[in-house]
Amino acid sequence: MNYNWNWGIFFEASPEGTGTYADMLLSGLTWTIVTALCSWVIAFLLGSLVGVMRTLPNRAANAVGTTYVELFRNIPLLVQMFLWYFVLPEVLPEQWGSWLKQLPNAPFYTAVVCLGFFTASRVAEQVRAGIQSLPRGQKMAGTALGLTVGQTYRHVLLPNAYRIILPPLTSEFLNNLKNTSVALTIGLLELTARARAMQEFSFQVFEAFTAATILYVIINVVVIFISSWIERRVAIPGSR
Amino acid sequence: MRAPLNTSSAPAEPTGPMIAMTNVSKWYGDFKVLTNCTTSVNKGEVVVVCGPSGSGKSTLIKCVNALEPFQEGQVVVDGTPVRDKRTNLPKLRARVGMVFQHFELFPHLSIAENLTLAQVMVLGRDRGAALDSGMTLLDRVGLSAHAKKFPGQLSGGQQQRVAIARALAMNPIVMLFDEPTSALDPEMVGEVLDVMVQLAREGMTMMCVTHEMGFARKVANRVIFMDKGEIVEDATKDDFFGHARSERAQNFLSKILQH
Repeated sequence: MNYNWNWGIFFEASPEGTGTYADMLLSGLTWTIVTALCSWVIAFLLGSLVGVMRTLPNRAANAVGTTYVELFRNIPLLVQMFLWYFVLPEVLPEQWGSWLKQLPNAPFYTAVVCLGFFTASRVAEQVRAGIQSLPRGQKMAGTALGLTVGQTYRHVLLPNAYRIILPPLTSEFLNNLKNTSVALTIGLLELTARARAMQEFSFQVFEAFTAATILYVIINVVVIFISSWIERRVAIPGSR
Repeated sequence: MRAPLNTSSAPAEPTGPMIAMTNVSKWYGDFKVLTNCTTSVNKGEVVVVCGPSGSGKSTLIKCVNALEPFQEGQVVVDGTPVRDKRTNLPKLRARVGMVFQHFELFPHLSIAENLTLAQVMVLGRDRGAALDSGMTLLDRVGLSAHAKKFPGQLSGGQQQRVAIARALAMNPIVMLFDEPTSALDPEMVGEVLDVMVQLAREGMTMMCVTHEMGFARKVANRVIFMDKGEIVEDATKDDFFGHARSERAQNFLSKILQH
């Protein structure tokens, strides 16, 4: 292999004229993080709602929850990304469609919504599993004290369920973070897209993707540290 | 003098019994778990419900506060029909204390928070007042030193005493006990029964599913014996232990009193 290593490439100006290649990658990293955080907010809230719906003693709520989960977790993420970005504006009423197409930062908003809805289906399953793993008597105890269904969930079931599912929820957060790279297909200039651009401009493919890899690993390790800090903070005294 | 455990503000003298059950029947799918159960509990009365496992005792007392829905019959608690769409069930349940076999304290809340949560959320008491009444009751069950601990740091007997205090903190008009000592190590049964005896002697209306016949002998007014979802015998304590009429009840008694 005849490869010309050049680790100094990061400090050379990129042809975009806005800074060095390092700046380019860091801007990609920022988009990755912002997209991951914004979509996680949707995934967590919507996923919790759907997960709770699947545990309610109400058939309509169960049906809506189940349909949601099966729909969003069974279509490949890449297909969902295309559906949101290319298909949705066409099937909406024309005014809405053209508004969507002209939206500044459309790839970002689309990626946030798409990842949020996709990851929500996975969060929902974990929330459901967490709630169902609690002793049946917990719900009864809340109910017997006169708490409403909403209060029982808010003050009794969910605080315990979230503690139980914190480790798999962390994995889900990491998946969501890595899945942001799929958004390069709709034009989001996140980390992977930037690494690819760097490779195309500079032909330094190894340097570009080594940097991207290291950056992904670093943020994921940070996430893992934060997660275990949260786990320690919310640990219940007297429980294993 | 110890302050009483029972601090419920006595409502206007009820016209009927505190709990009146009429022809309550319940099915799980095709399986009938309760068949035409009719009984009542008067104010201040202590009624013990016993019977072999699977006889429907727990299901029966859970019908009192509609934790278990039933398909036929009616339960009226202090004049309020339980199976009625217009009844505000959370409000009714707040007035009916319940103690479970497995304690069911909320593991993520401290003992003090366990005692105050429903007072604040359901009765709308402010935190200070809720904590005061919670601490008073915790003292009465002998656990005031443990207010800041979490349920997982207490023994089973202590947890169950906290659970009783938690139910009493709502100033219930009646207390339901669903096998409160069955999940306890033998040496902890006594401390829980002591609290229940004290409560009974103070005049609390109680319906207790239990196999503790010593407790029944000591404080029960009546004993209900159930088998296969039916109330087979509903007798005064003396009648029940003296000369139980049904063969099934005699059989049951001979089995549990042997040891």
